Amino acid sequence: MTDMTNAAAPAAAPKSSLLQQDARTRRRNAAETRFKAYGIAAIAVGLVMLAILLVTIVGRGTGAFTQTFITLEVALPADTLDKKGNRDPEEMKKVSTFGYKPLLAQAFEAKIAATGGLDSDLDPKKMAGILSDSAPAQLRDFVLADPSVLDRTVAFEFLASSRVDGYMKGRVSRDSIAQDKNISVEQLDFVDKLIAEGSLEKRFNLDFITGSDASDARPEAAGMGVSMVGSFFMMLVVLTLALPIGVAASIYLEEFAPKNWITDVIEVNISNLAAVPSIVFGILGLAVFINYMHLPNSAPLVGGLVLTLMTLPTIIISTRASLKSVPPSIRDAALGVGASKMQSVFHHVLPLAAPGILTGTIIGLAQALGETAPLLLIGMVGFIASNPPDSIASGLLDPNSAMPAQIYEWAKRADPAFYERAWGGIIILLVFLVTMNTIAVLLRRRFERRW
Amino acid sequence: MNAAQSSGVFGLGPTGLVVLAVIVLAAAGFVLARARAMASAGGDARRLHSLPNYYGYNAAMMIAVPALGVLVIWLLAQPALVQNAVLDLIPQRAIAEGSSINLVMSDVRRLAEGLDVAVAAGALSADEAADIVATGTDIRAVLGNVGVALGSDVDPEILAAAQEYRSLSRLWSWVMVAVVLSLALAGMAIALRSARAGFRARNAVERGVLWLLILAASLAILTTVGIVLSMLFETVNFFSLHPWQDFFLGTTWAPNFRGNSELSILPLLWGTLYIAFIALVVAVPIGLFAAIYLSEYAGPRLRSVAKPLLEILAGIPTIVYGLFALLTVGPALVTLFGRGEEGLLGLTWMTGATSVLTAGLVMGIMLIPFVSSLSDDIINAVPQSLRDGSFGLGATHSETIRQVVLPAALPGIVGAVLLAASRAIGETMIVVLGAGAIAKISANPLEAMTTITTRIVSQLTGDTDFASPETLVAFALGLTLFVLTLGLNVLALYIVRTYREQYE
Repeated sequence: MTDMTNAAAPAAAPKSSLLQQDARTRRRNAAETRFKAYGIAAIAVGLVMLAILLVTIVGRGTGAFTQTFITLEVALPADTLDKKGNRDPEEMKKVSTFGYKPLLAQAFEAKIAATGGLDSDLDPKKMAGILSDSAPAQLRDFVLADPSVLDRTVAFEFLASSRVDGYMKGRVSRDSIAQDKNISVEQLDFVDKLIAEGSLEKRFNLDFITGSDASDARPEAAGMGVSMVGSFFMMLVVLTLALPIGVAASIYLEEFAPKNWITDVIEVNISNLAAVPSIVFGILGLAVFINYMHLPNSAPLVGGLVLTLMTLPTIIISTRASLKSVPPSIRDAALGVGASKMQSVFHHVLPLAAPGILTGTIIGLAQALGETAPLLLIGMVGFIASNPPDSIASGLLDPNSAMPAQIYEWAKRADPAFYERAWGGIIILLVFLVTMNTIAVLLRRRFERRW
Repeated sequence: MNAAQSSGVFGLGPTGLVVLAVIVLAAAGFVLARARAMASAGGDARRLHSLPNYYGYNAAMMIAVPALGVLVIWLLAQPALVQNAVLDLIPQRAIAEGSSINLVMSDVRRLAEGLDVAVAAGALSADEAADIVATGTDIRAVLGNVGVALGSDVDPEILAAAQEYRSLSRLWSWVMVAVVLSLALAGMAIALRSARAGFRARNAVERGVLWLLILAASLAILTTVGIVLSMLFETVNFFSLHPWQDFFLGTTWAPNFRGNSELSILPLLWGTLYIAFIALVVAVPIGLFAAIYLSEYAGPRLRSVAKPLLEILAGIPTIVYGLFALLTVGPALVTLFGRGEEGLLGLTWMTGATSVLTAGLVMGIMLIPFVSSLSDDIINAVPQSLRDGSFGLGATHSETIRQVVLPAALPGIVGAVLLAASRAIGETMIVVLGAGAIAKISANPLEAMTTITTRIVSQLTGDTDFASPETLVAFALGLTLFVLTLGLNVLALYIVRTYREQYE
């Protein structure tokens, strides 16, 4: 090529050269680079958003797993707690938590008297104010469980109030509490002294994972445990209903259905149902299961039924895909040795498609586990389920919450202490989702066959 | 369903017990029929028409399927039947001013359940509960003792209705048990009689299984019908209480639970579409460029890392995005556009964390993987020969993409965008937490606005009265939402389908 150019036009300088880009080529190449950069930028934006999201969740949520505890020795005088003196728990129940409240102030007084360097001119009642509102109830439960502890001094570990906990976690500072009636600067000074003295510390809080939700005033006592049980029962319902029904529907559509308009209607229907907004399923659940059938409000059974209807299309679509991937030769071979059509499907095709079906089911369950909107409509928010259910029937029928609904509930309460718990709840929820999806991926890797 | 709540063996009501009984009968039928068939063949399985187990399966199916089918239908129908019977007992005057049949019925049900609880707790004997007269015993105090709080003193008519409700519920429950069990036994008798060597058990079982499969497949249709009917009835109710002109053409959304509400969908529709529009403005360019880069430029290594990472965004529950909008993106936007001197730009355009922009941005992030993975598939489906032809004519890679690949993939991409739009319109948690609650038509994206889904949630949570237009409007909103998303989905599927046919 170069030889030819040299030979043809030795004298005149070439108007254009392959070695030198003209303006047009430069423009085209620049456009190429720009276009590529847009692509990289788009991916980068997506990944940065993911990173911000995850960092926010972890950064804001880990605090919920630790809690501030105060160790305190409380004297339990028999003459106020058991006036009749017969140690009968039924009689002692008449002393309400208000009766136990003064004991906490007295305990602080006693502590100051006993410990040097802990003097404070704070009113003992104010000192007791740094404890959680649940502290008197904790005392009362302890005494009622074993009346023989009366007239003794017992060391307790109390939850600190959410403001003190926020102070320990850096959420609350002396400046930020200027308008706050629940805590004062003097109380924070006292907290500092208790830290120095060693009876106030922040450590891991198992109750957040296993406990139940608490009322608006006690964010420090709220936990995810009971709503986790609620979610578990819902998933149980979804699994026992959606898996068999979904697999049966897919087998019919994939293996037996004749090609006619009814089959077409069913197929279009299923793909549309997969895209119906989840809140519409909530309306369906409210109208059919609660208003018409009078199933109990807020029951995991109802939540499970609604989520079943919502998950079915997902399971059907993935099951059909894995049935389709089993090659026809397997069916032909089964038919060839004398199996009926039904036998070839149930004995040969279905077992080969099972890993794919299982993967799809787990992904469908994970979707259902994180779904919130339909649960709002069937009443799974707005109340506090304080006890875990004691039997399967009560687990299905008694009012309960679910993990995402619990998170929403906390997010609505507009208190930074509850926000922290909402983020913490998200961490727990995501741990479940990541586990389920990992199992699905592993199953697919381990058992997927390429034909 | 009250029967299911009252305690019985293992905490099961008659319903649970009858299910258990049918299962036991079916298991017994399996064993007996199999044995009978084997005996009729003289113990030689080769002389049977089908494998021995098929005789067992046949019996189990004959016992369980009709019985359980009738049970389900019965449970669906019983509440309506009992309610209709009880309604005749309630005189017009017991339905107080401002109340409705539904409210009175729920009182009746609560009272009936309370009596059941009292009997279960031993506060009343079964006979006492059946004969109790409002004038004699203080029913409210009795029920209060067992933890059932009644709102007001009990009207004798209501109490009579509750008694009737209890006795009818119980009666129908026992009739149901009898019918279901006799069906199961009849099925067992027929199956056992036919369990002989010549009986074509496999054919019978396979026919039965096929019908079960068809039933499962038609559940999808049933769900759709359920969705449409449940919303249609209440919507018709709503339009009988509230003029449709105001709903579709009015411009104010001001629900007022004392009546005289202005319930118009337009401000909500505006908020919904505005937020969806912002979400698409964020998601479509990012998602599309990501898909183009991943399918056209990226090597297998980048692709195998970036694609699953992006798809994580799609797997995160929407409640997480909602919280992210409310607590992270919203306050960040306020720091940018609000707070005056304290803010970053010194502006005072934004007052609260909830706004159209907050919800739209976060929803856009959520939709990125949705757009990118759908477009990725579509771009990959464009035949390589088209690209090769373009390269052969001297086009650069980006020119090929812009002038050949994208036009070829356009119908599919439009379909993907429509699907994403339908997602954005139906999304609930992000807007509930991030968009605010003020219904207005405004062009300022920094203002809080509200959407259809948000209003559905707020009208249907808490204490609801299904006779007031303020509650029923939620069903009209839901139906509108359903029609809107259905239209978008059908359109998208249609476009995608037509496109796919071009290259196959």
